[in-house]
Formats: sequence, structure tokens, C-alpha cells
Amino acid sequence: MQLTRRDLLVMGSVGMGLTALGVSPAMASLTDDEIAKITEGAEVGTGDLVVTAPEIAENGNTVPIEVSAPGAAMVVIFADGNPTPAVATVNFGPLNPTRAASTRIRLAKTQNVVALAQMEDGSFQKAMANVKVTIGGCGG
Amino acid sequence: MASGVKPRVKVPKTAAAGDEITIKTLISHKMESGQRKDGDGNLIPRSIINRFVVDFNGQNVIDVTLEPAISTNPYFQFDATVPESGEFKFTWYDDDGDVYETAKQIAVS
Repeated sequence: MQLTRRDLLVMGSVGMGLTALGVSPAMASLTDDEIAKITEGAEVGTGDLVVTAPEIAENGNTVPIEVSAPGAAMVVIFADGNPTPAVATVNFGPLNPTRAASTRIRLAKTQNVVALAQMEDGSFQKAMANVKVTIGGCGG
Repeated sequence: MASGVKPRVKVPKTAAAGDEITIKTLISHKMESGQRKDGDGNLIPRSIINRFVVDFNGQNVIDVTLEPAISTNPYFQFDATVPESGEFKFTWYDDDGDVYETAKQIAVS
């Protein structure tokens, strides 16, 4: 079958329509916006990056979390249900062998803790953990 | 919050060359998020530590940018390689311009 110019036009417009549909819901959350800003459209895969967080946190004011990202140069942590999703940006130096860190964070409500790692080769990995929060940690 | 800030750091005193050691740090700071309101409904202004850096003999181990979502009294635990005897330098940067510093020696046997 030979493609006419009309066929191509129809295929093109359908394709563009689908892309627009696919992109708009993904941009809905603040966390995804932030992630898109960092990755600049690069593909985000999964890998050795692990976020460890408790399944249930009684007090959202101090939730212990750990990120472990072998081979990562930088890890950005987000809490997608907080008023501002950014939590911390961790840059690992040359003297850091395990590329892991633990800290304590505030969570306003039950939500996902998302980690985005930039590996040393420039690729990106993403992982998340769901935490159920009984008492939120943002005052008010 | 310039007063009453006290950094606490746990580093082993000795290690073998090339060892991986675990470091724990805690600094007392209220980390006011800027989201809370006082009794009269006014927003309490943000006052947090926004950056935490650890170096060993001038080489970087970890460099963290903190946001208001980090808990009161920020705690960090991480690992470091110790190639030789030297000094770990810990630095915290406050929103109000204050810098809190502490250092720990480690001897390689």
C-alpha cells in the first residue's frame, strides 16, 4: 500500500492527539513537575535505588526514611502529599562508598515518598514507598 | 535560631585504611517550616538549616540540601571511606546566615 499525503496527515494528527493526552495527566502533580524539571525529559528507569520507609507512621513529624542508591551521584527526595513536595537533595562525594543515607522527614498526610536518583553516567532512576500517616506533621 | 544550636556527631576513633565507617549526625534546631501559624493565626516565618556538608581532608563525603520537610533536629546517617588518618569536617548552614561547624579526628592504624 502506498501512503498518500492525506494518509500521512491523518496519522500525524492522531499521533499528536495521543501524545497530548498522554502528557497532560502526568503533569498534574507537583512532584512530577519537579522530576520533569530535573530530568529534562530524559527517561526515568528503575534499578538498585531503594527507598526504605515505615508502612505506618504514627507521627508525621518525624518519619525515618532511608535511600540507598548504589552508583548514584545525586538523590532527590520528594513527598508527593506535602504542601511543597521537595524534601532534600543529597549529593554523594567521592569518599562515600555505599551511596546511602538516612534521615527523618515530615509528612503532612498518607502519601508516597519518591526518590529520584541521577546515576554517575547521567541516567535517572526512580523509586517510591507508601507511608500511612496517622497524625500529620505540618502544624496547623 | 542562633542560640542553643548544638551539633552532635558520632565517628569511630580508629579505623583500618580503606575502611567503610558509619557516621551519625544530629543538630538541635527547631526547623520552623514556614507552614505553621501562631495563636493569632499569623504565619511563623521559615527558619531552617538549608545545607549540610561533610568533608574528609578536603574531599567531599556528602552534601545535602535541606527543605522544610526535614524534621526538627535534623539527623543524618551515612557511610564514608577512610583512606588515611585525618579529620572529618561537618558544616551546617542556617537560613539566617549562621554557620555551625564541628570536626572529628580519626586515626588509621
